[in-house]
Amino acid sequence: MAAVRIPPTLRGEVGGLRELEARGDTVGAVIDDLVARYPPLAGQLYADGELASFVNVYLGGEDIRTLDGLETPVDDGETLILLPAMAGGSGGVRPHGV
Amino acid sequence: MGSDPSVTTTAPSLLDLIGSTPLVELPRLSPTPSVRLYAKLEGQNPTGSIKDRVAKAMIEAAEASGELEPRRPLLEPTSGNTGISLALVAKLRGYPLTCVMPANVTEERRRMLRLYGAQIVDSPGEEGSNGAVRLALELAESDPSFFMPFQYANEANPRAHYEGTGAEIAAALDHVDVFIAGLGTGGTLMGAGARLRESFPQLVVAAAEPLPGDEVMGLRSLADGYVPPILDVSKLDRKLLVTNEESVAGLRLLLEREGIFAGVSSGAVIHATLRLAEELDEGVIVCVLADAGWKYLSADFWESKDVGAAMERSVWW
Repeated sequence: MAAVRIPPTLRGEVGGLRELEARGDTVGAVIDDLVARYPPLAGQLYADGELASFVNVYLGGEDIRTLDGLETPVDDGETLILLPAMAGGSGGVRPHGV
Repeated sequence: MGSDPSVTTTAPSLLDLIGSTPLVELPRLSPTPSVRLYAKLEGQNPTGSIKDRVAKAMIEAAEASGELEPRRPLLEPTSGNTGISLALVAKLRGYPLTCVMPANVTEERRRMLRLYGAQIVDSPGEEGSNGAVRLALELAESDPSFFMPFQYANEANPRAHYEGTGAEIAAALDHVDVFIAGLGTGGTLMGAGARLRESFPQLVVAAAEPLPGDEVMGLRSLADGYVPPILDVSKLDRKLLVTNEESVAGLRLLLEREGIFAGVSSGAVIHATLRLAEELDEGVIVCVLADAGWKYLSADFWESKDVGAAMERSVWW
């Protein structure tokens, strides 16, 4: 089992929980398990069948895009963090729609 | 060298003192003598941050392209280091600058921008930084006389780091194994990373990025996620998430061990640097400390028992 930390914006889809347990031996399998139990998450996390470019997933604090992506192996007890991609560099100014 | 009084130099303008920042070794932070750590002290730029390089480069590029005519007013949504850097460059080059910022940003940032001569337009505080960008875009649309440098999509941003930050590091060291910087617009990582890879093909480029508090996160949906156009994540070898608590612990360590007083993103960079240093038996790691700690002195976290709670409500870089 892996722990998955849910950002505030997605908690409405999972009954308000901050963290969930999910099964799977890869990041993709863990997310699939989560989506199977909470189907509305699919539309938020995926675009064209792939992890949306504006969604970041971290395993052990490292972005899975610099690991093996959705194929990255997950050990029992590891923590996954889901976050929207955020730009910094300007005192928190984050452009939108530009 | 500054320590030799027989060597004196003058600069024609403060803008000529941007860049060529010191690279200092951090022997007291290194886990083992065979792993050498170096920090690029960007807080020593004229307004105290790495953004001086970016502001100067963006303005010079727009002047060279003819897009920025003399005295054309500048507009940028910013409440941070980029605004202050743009304010300096704008003043010395003769452009009026307007910064659009949420009404609830800290007074020290607002005062600093005013002192540098920038005009400030408030956007609704409850809309946060999104509101500042929205209003800036509206203003730019309704008044085409404005020129908006827009660092997130401006190629002069990574180019400043390719030609400056990265080239300076490559000239100073015979070998670099790992290059680490904070991830904001992506300019430093893309530009300096590319330049250093040319000299050191096996280089690992690593980003430290902030894990914001729930209160900040709560304002955004995943669909609001934004990847700056100048950032190509595929060019990063590592991307490490750093909590606010870890960033402050990094800041304290840097100050206690090496006497360097740095800003919040530098604390995160030091945390990531030490994590990667533990993975090496030997090698050279260069990290970029983007600003000094002065602009954060009034923040609550320095002496707070609950650093996480003290930092929860803001984005720190």
